[in-house]
This record gives sequence, structure tokens and C-alpha cells, in this order.
Amino acid sequence: MLEIKDVCYEVNDNGEKKVILDHISFSLEDDILAVITGQNGSGKSTLAKIIMGIIKPTSGKILYNGKDISKYDITKRAKLGFAFAFQQPVVFKGITVKQLLDLASGKENSVTEACHILSKVGLCARDYIEREVNNKLSGGELKRIELAMIIARDAKVNICDEPEAGIDLWSFDALVNLFKEKKGLDIIISHQNRIIDIADKIILLKAGKIEKIGAKEEVMPHIVNQRCERLKEGE
Amino acid sequence: MNENTKFILEQVSGLHDIPQAGIYNIRENGKLLARNIDEEVNIISKKDKDGIDIVVKPNTKNKSIHIPVIVSMGGLNDLVYNDFYIGDNADILIVAGCGIHNTTDKQSSHNGIHSFHIGKNCKVKYVEKHFAFGNAKTSKILNPTTEIVVGEGSVFEMETLQLGGVSFADRKTYAKVKKDAKLLIRENILTSSKEEAITHFEVELEKEGSRVEVVSRAVAKDKSKQEFNSIVIGKAECFGHVECDGILADNAEIISTPKIIAKSPEANLVHEAAIGKISEEQQNKLMSLGLTKEEAEKVIIQGFLK
Repeated sequence: MLEIKDVCYEVNDNGEKKVILDHISFSLEDDILAVITGQNGSGKSTLAKIIMGIIKPTSGKILYNGKDISKYDITKRAKLGFAFAFQQPVVFKGITVKQLLDLASGKENSVTEACHILSKVGLCARDYIEREVNNKLSGGELKRIELAMIIARDAKVNICDEPEAGIDLWSFDALVNLFKEKKGLDIIISHQNRIIDIADKIILLKAGKIEKIGAKEEVMPHIVNQRCERLKEGE
Repeated sequence: MNENTKFILEQVSGLHDIPQAGIYNIRENGKLLARNIDEEVNIISKKDKDGIDIVVKPNTKNKSIHIPVIVSMGGLNDLVYNDFYIGDNADILIVAGCGIHNTTDKQSSHNGIHSFHIGKNCKVKYVEKHFAFGNAKTSKILNPTTEIVVGEGSVFEMETLQLGGVSFADRKTYAKVKKDAKLLIRENILTSSKEEAITHFEVELEKEGSRVEVVSRAVAKDKSKQEFNSIVIGKAECFGHVECDGILADNAEIISTPKIIAKSPEANLVHEAAIGKISEEQQNKLMSLGLTKEEAEKVIIQGFLK
């Protein structure tokens, strides 16, 4: 069970206090698929990064299986079983796809094992394992490698920030199936209806606050309302 | 050969001992330690000054030549001139480099002046490794100068590696690239403590179809200092690309001055330079895979200098 308790995050915006997350509290059971959604700037990515320990909240607590992990850094959370897929995958110089997969799985994968992982994200391993994870790869390729690392990690809590963005040629169904098959708690930041469709729990954010939390049937009307408001505002 | 000498030899040339076969010239403390030649590659000691002439016959294929230099004493300031004459159509690998082991309080240095005369349609890879260890307070200096004439249609690939312990290095590389010839330079330098490394490249793209690609990767830690200067001159229809990336930590300093001079409207010259600290995003990504901050830093630097 992952519990977010009264989390606030404020930044200093040219001398003015700006609230990004405003007293966020919710809990997520193990082995469910949760989607955090909401319009741009609602605080989704910040919340995901706070859960992984990449951003320190201004106040509030995070508990995992009853243990307060608020002070744990990224490494400690990773070792506890947290994994994170970045919205903008990070590129390196001189580090290969295989090396990242090995680091993610904590062992040296055989070519067959690496191939198996990469095929799950629609990449042909032979073309990729020795390639550098640099900006010569396309956005879609980098995004899939990011997801491959999530598979290789085989973690208990998987946080994915907009995994569908930039997934160009690879079929969307494969991505949806990937999350359906996965064990553990999946927390996905997404706007996509097809991902929202498979969620057990949806957290809808609006301007740093939780507007609604619950099953799809309860939250969907609120999501539709938000979208209508945006249309009215001409967004 | 004692253990330290063997260790240096392995570090700079990959050889574990004096080889039973192959072509090599091993120099230790200013003197010839061992040499082997064959019918295609001759190595001759110079008569007028210290050094060797390495003569590779035309059409020599798939040969590797090891010419490591070992300095295992203090107070030695070695100066050597090596000239390479590579015949047309040759395809060879040359592994040079120098290792200094100095436990005394007297400075030791090695100044290697290498001249390459590359014939037509050759393929030459030249690897140069430098490293030093011993008394941390004693200066261990390496000043390699490399002059290259890349003949018509030839490819010359140069890989320079300095991975720590060298107190001061001033590397100078001058090259002239002929018609349809290609020069590829990759330089990786890691400095720490108070070490200083200076690099000068001057490449003239003389004729049409000539090409140079320089990639310099620098990691400077502690109070070390690195300086990268490159000048690429395009005199004809040619292509030149210089990329200089640096990672800076602690109180280190990196100065990068890439300069391009086009003397022909057909010259296509590009330079890129970027210096910064270790990317926090890269560190966060690797930490999210379970690595500590220090482990992440190590992986990033190893990849960068690969």
C-alpha cells in the first residue's frame, strides 16, 4: 500500500509563492493500475517525481507498506522496489541500450534475455542492444527503451510519466497489454482514454488539488467536464 | 622485466610481457629494451638523434606494431623522435603510448615527437595511451607531438587516451590532409588533483574531398585544468567537424577554443563545444535504477570517456 499524506509543493516564482501541489492525500493498493490525469500544469508530473523521490515536497509524508519513506532518496526508493519512466527519456554518451537494461535488471542479461525484453516494446534487439542511448535515437525509440527498463526492473511500484507520448509506430494496444500483464502497482500519468479505460483507480488533478478520485465510472464525468471547460476556454 | 614494468607495458600497449612474435619496439628509460621486425615492417634506430624510423612496405595488410615507452625512474627527461613511413595501400594498427612510474622526488618526463608520412590509399589506426603513477608529489610530464601527412585517398584514425596520474601534458598534433583523405581524431582525457592537460590540434584540409572529424572528451576533477585548442583550416572543397565536450567537477577548469578557418567557399566546417557538470537528469535516471549517486557518476564518466 502506497499512501500519500497531505503532500504540498510550493516554488518561489519571482518572489511570489506558487503552489504546485496543494494538500494531496490518497492511497493506492498493491497490484492495481492507477492513472493520474488532469490538464497541463495540474501538477501530475511533479506528483510522480515526488513519489519517486526526485523532487522533495515542501510538506507531507509518503508511506509504503506503513513505513515512512519521505526521507528516502531516489536510490533508496529504487532499492525498495520503485521504478520510474521519465516523460522525456534521458540520453547519455557512450552508454548502450544493453548496459542500461543490465543496470535496470541488476544483472548481466544474455542477448536472448535482452532480446525478449526489447521485443515486448516492439524493438528488434539485434538492431538495438549495442546502440548508444543518445539523441541519435528517435523520441519514439527512446520512449520504448525507457519502458523496456521498467520491464527489466520488475519492480513493485512502477511510475510512468506519459508512456504513450511519442509511441509512433508501435501499436498502442501493445502498450495497453503491457500494463495489463504487469504485476505490482502501476501509476501512470496519462491523458489517454485507452489507458484511463484500463485503470482500477483514477486520480483527477486540477490546479494542484485532487478534483476527484475513484473508479472510472465516478471520475469520467469530471474528466469530461474538465475537457469541456478547456474547449470553452479555447485551449 | 619487473612487475612495475610489466604493469606499465600492459596499461599502455595491452602487452603482458615481451611478445614472442609480432612487430614491436619497447623502450625503457631512454634505451631499447626489445625489438622485433619482419620482412614488411622495418624498425631502424636513428643515427643523428634518439629515436626510430618505422618503415612499412606498400600493400602491407593487417599488421599491428607496438612501440610502447616505459619510464620507470625519477630524474629522466626522455626525448625521442619517431618517424613512420607508411607505403601505399597499407592497412595497419600502431599502438604507441607512454607510462611513467616514478616513486622518487625527481621529476620525470617523456617527449615523443612522432611524424607520420602516409602514402596513398592507406588505412592506419594509431592508438596512443598515456598514464602515470607513483609519488603523488613528483611531476610526471608527457609532451607528445604528432605530425601527420595523410596521403591521397588514405584514412588515418588517431585515438588518444590519458586516464590519470599525468601531472602535466602538452599535446600537439599537426596534420595535412590530402585529396579524398580522411583524418579521424578521438581524444579522451581525465584529469584530477592538480593535473594540467593542454591540447593543440591544427589540421589543414588541403585538397578537395579531404575530411577531418575531431571528438574530444574531457573530464576534469578536483583542481585540475584542461585546455583544448583546435584550428581547422579548409583550403578546398572539404568537410571538418570538431566536437569538444567537457564534464567539470569540483574546482576544476576547462577552456575550449575551437577555431575554424575557411579559405574556400566550398569548405564546410563545423565546431561544437559544450562544458558542464554531470547532468542531474542522467544521475537521477541511473539512481532510479538502484545505483547510488557515486555509482551513477562513475557509469556516466566511463561511458563519456569510452
